[in-house]
Amino acid sequence: MVAETNSNMISITLRVWRQAGPDAPGKFVDYPAANLSTHMSFLEMLDVVNDGLTLKGEEPIAFAHDCREGICGTCSCTINGKAHGPGHGVATCQIYMRAFRDGEVIVVEPFRARAFPLVKDLVVDRSAFDQIIQAGGFISVRTGAAPDANSIPVPKTDADLAMDAAACIGCGACVAACKNASAMLFVAAKVSQLGLLPQGQPERDSRVLAMVNTMDALGFGSCTNQYECSAACPKTISHDFIARLNRDYLAASVRSAFKPVSSAAGGSG
Amino acid sequence: MAKLDSKIPAGPLADKWRRHKTEIKLVNPANKRKYEIIVVGAGLAGASASATLAELGYKVKNFVFHDSPRRAHSIAAQGGINAAKNYQNDGDSVYRLFYDTLKGGDYRSREANVHRLAEVSVNIIDQCVAQGVPFAREYGGLLANRSFGGAQVSRTFYARGQTGQQLLLGAYSALSRMIAAGGVEMHTNSEMLDLVVVDGHAKGIIVRNLLTGEIERYAADAVILATGGYGNVFNLSTYARGSNVTASWRAYKRGACFANPCYTQIHPTCIPVTGDYQSKLTLMSESLRNDGRIWAPKHQADRLKPPASIPEADRDYYLERMYPSFGNLAPRDIASRAAKRVCDEGRGVGETGLGVYLDFADAIKRLGEPVVRERYGNLFDIYHEITAESAYQQPMRIFPAVHYTMGGLWVDYNLMSNVPGLFVLGEANFSDHGANRLGASALMQGLADGYFVIPYTIGDYLAGQKPGARPSIDAPEFKAAAENIRAMTERFLQIKGKETVSHYHKRLGKILWEHCGMARTRASLEQALKLIPALREEFWANVTVPGSAATLNQSLEQAGRVADFIELGELLCLDALTREESCGGHFREEHQYPDGECQRDDEKFAHVAAWEFQGAGKPPLRNIEPLNYEFTKMSVRNYK
Repeated sequence: MVAETNSNMISITLRVWRQAGPDAPGKFVDYPAANLSTHMSFLEMLDVVNDGLTLKGEEPIAFAHDCREGICGTCSCTINGKAHGPGHGVATCQIYMRAFRDGEVIVVEPFRARAFPLVKDLVVDRSAFDQIIQAGGFISVRTGAAPDANSIPVPKTDADLAMDAAACIGCGACVAACKNASAMLFVAAKVSQLGLLPQGQPERDSRVLAMVNTMDALGFGSCTNQYECSAACPKTISHDFIARLNRDYLAASVRSAFKPVSSAAGGSG
Repeated sequence: MAKLDSKIPAGPLADKWRRHKTEIKLVNPANKRKYEIIVVGAGLAGASASATLAELGYKVKNFVFHDSPRRAHSIAAQGGINAAKNYQNDGDSVYRLFYDTLKGGDYRSREANVHRLAEVSVNIIDQCVAQGVPFAREYGGLLANRSFGGAQVSRTFYARGQTGQQLLLGAYSALSRMIAAGGVEMHTNSEMLDLVVVDGHAKGIIVRNLLTGEIERYAADAVILATGGYGNVFNLSTYARGSNVTASWRAYKRGACFANPCYTQIHPTCIPVTGDYQSKLTLMSESLRNDGRIWAPKHQADRLKPPASIPEADRDYYLERMYPSFGNLAPRDIASRAAKRVCDEGRGVGETGLGVYLDFADAIKRLGEPVVRERYGNLFDIYHEITAESAYQQPMRIFPAVHYTMGGLWVDYNLMSNVPGLFVLGEANFSDHGANRLGASALMQGLADGYFVIPYTIGDYLAGQKPGARPSIDAPEFKAAAENIRAMTERFLQIKGKETVSHYHKRLGKILWEHCGMARTRASLEQALKLIPALREEFWANVTVPGSAATLNQSLEQAGRVADFIELGELLCLDALTREESCGGHFREEHQYPDGECQRDDEKFAHVAAWEFQGAGKPPLRNIEPLNYEFTKMSVRNYK
C-alpha cells in the first residue's frame, strides 16, 4: 500500500442516527473521528469509524453501499440535511472529506420517507421503487423477438433526451429531498425514457397510468413543484421530465376513457 | 477425478451452434411450468437468464444479496458492448469478432464458445434496442459505434459512459416484467451460502436472509449461478465492495471445478491509489484511449514536474512507440504491463511514482473541448470528483488496477459445470475470455449467456429430469447443509478476536497484489503460498465479528466472504505457480521474450486447469481439459 501523499488532515465529529431495527427507538449518537485525510471518501470515513467501533466491541454503523462510484444507487445518506450530502450531481459515495471543515459536526441520517421504511441505522427499504417498475416500467418484448436494431431509427435529439432520463440510478434521493416524499422524478424519468422512444409507444398510455397509480398506492406523496428532487439528484435529472409525465398522464387518462376497446378485450368495439 | 467433457458439438466452426440448437433436447411447453430453476445473481447474466427462462414458462426463483435486482456491478461498466453488426462498413464480421476475442484471450479460451459468442452478439443489440436501451445514435437516427482495445474495427455500441447501467436496466426491466407476470419469484437481501447436491445433482441452495438472519432452504430442478467475478480477492479493485466469490466458492467445495483462477485482469487506466484507508479503485473507461494519449517522461528527473512543462521531445508515448499498429488501443494486459515497466524504471508520475499520464491535449486541439466533453464528459467529472483535478487542463494520472477475472467455475459448451444441474453464467464461468478479456466483451458475454445460450441449453439437462421429481427441502442433504451454515455463522461470532474482518481483507489483498499481481515469479508465488495459510489460521483465531446473527449484520456477511477469499487466494497462487508459462493476464517473469512479451508454452499448457476440491486440508486436484483448436492456429500474439 502506498503512504499518504497529502498532509491535509481534518478531525470531525460524526453525529449519526442509530436505530437497531424498524420498531426500535432511534437516536443520534456522536462519534469523534480524528486525523482523516481529505482525500478519503465519506464512506471510507465511515469504514474507519466502524473499524474503531468494532475494535471497541461496539456494533458498527449499518449503511448501504456497493459500487462506490456513483452508479449502483445503493448508498443513501442524508448528510447535514441534504440527501447525498454537500456535492452537486453526486451520490453519497462520491462525497470526499475535502468537502468538510476541520472541527465540523457532520449529521448523518437515513433517507426518510413513509414509503421507505427504516431497516437499521442508515439503511432503508426502497423496494417500493421496484414495485413501481414492475407495474409498467418496461417494454414488453420477448427475448428473441426483436427486429434488427437499425430498423428502428430514433432521432438523435430524442435518443439523447431519453438517455438523460435513463441515467436515473434508483437511489431515492428525490424522495428523501421532497417535503412530500413524492416519487415523481423517479417515475417521470422512466416514463419519459420509454415514452421518448418509438419502441415505447404501444404501451405508453397503460405504462404511465399503471406506474403513477402504483406510486400513489405505495404511500409516496404528491408533487408541489419545488424541484428539491432535481437539486438532490446525483444524476441531475431535470424536473422538466415531471412536466412531461404530467402531460402523458393527462393525455393517457383522457385517451383511455374514450378509446374504443375491442369486443375481444371486453369492450363494445 | 472429475470428468471434464466439454461437449463441443462436431462440425464446421460456424455451424456448431446452429446445429447444436437443432439437435438439443426440448422440454414441451406444458411441462416447462413443472420445472423450478434457481438463479443466483441479477447482473446482466442473471437478470437476462431469469427473464428469458420465465418467458419460456419455467418457474424461476431469483436470489440477490442486494436490496434490489438493479444494483449488480454490471451496472458500473462504462465503455460499451461489442457486436459484429458491421454497421460501419469497416470490414467487421462474426469471424473477425471471434478471431479478435480468441487472440485477445491469448489462445486460452475455447474456440467453439468464442465463436458462438460472436454469433449471438448481433442478437443482443437487437434485443436491447427493442427494450428501449438508449444507445448513442448518429444524426440520421441509426446506431453509433466507437473503437475499443484489441480491435481494428469500430464495433462497440455504447450509451454515453453508462453502457453497463443501461444494459442492466434493460435486463432488469425484462425481469421486472416477469416478476409482475408471476414468472419469477424475487428474493432480495438473500445471500447464497451453500449449494445442495442430492444424488450427485445440484438441486437447491441454502440462503441467509440478510435482514432477519434466517437460514432458508430452497429446492429446484436446476441451479444457475450468475454471481460475477472474484477480483475483490485483491481487496483493492474496481469491483463493487459487495462483489464476492462466496457462491462460486461454496459450489467449488461441493464438487464444482474451479478453472484457471490465475487469469485475472489488471485494467491499465484506473485512478491511482492515494492512501491506506482506500476501499475502492475507480476505472477510467478504456474508451478514453480512443482519443487520449498515454505517456510518461523520458527522464526520471522529470517525473514530478508539471506535465505541461515537459517538452514533446522529452515525453515517451510508450504504447505508440512499442505497438505502432494498435498504439494506445493495445489490449489491457499489454497496456498494463507497459505501464508497470515504465514505473519500474523510475519514470512513474505523481507523488507515489505509481502513475502515468493519459493526455487529452491533442484531442482537445483537434476536436475542440465541446466534442471531448460530449464523448467523455461524465468520465472527466468522475476524475474531478475523486482527484479535484481537471482533465481538460492537465493530463489524467492513471495506473493499472484489478478489474475482471477470466477464471471461474468450469462449464461445458452448455454452460453446465461438472456437477450436473449446476449452470454457471457470465463472469462467474471461465469459458470465453481465455487468459485476457478484451474491452466491451464482458457485457456481451453476460447477455449472450443469459438471453441466448442458457434458454436453449438448460432444456438439454431438464429433459432428462422427471418433472416434479426435485427433492423436498426436508431431505437430509438440505438439513445438513443448513446446519453447517448455521454452525459457521455461530463460529464467526464466537471467535471474539482482536482484529476486524477488513484488516484481514487488506492483508490478503496486499499479499496477492505483491506476489501474484501484474508480474509473478516462482519465488513470489511460493512465498504467497506460505503467507496465505498463515493468514487463514490467524483469521480464524483472531477475527472479531460484533453483533448477532439474527439481524442485519454487515460484519458477519463480510466475514464469510473474506474467509472464502482467503481460501481462493491460495488456489489462485497455486494455479499461477503450476502454470509455467505467461499468457494474457498471467505473466510469469521466467517466461518472457527478450522484448518483455508473454511467452506461452503451447506444448505443455494449451489446456484449461480445472481444480477439484478434495476436502479441507488436502491439496486440490488439478484436472486438465485440453484446448483442441480445430480451426485456428495458436500463434504469438502480436500487436506491433
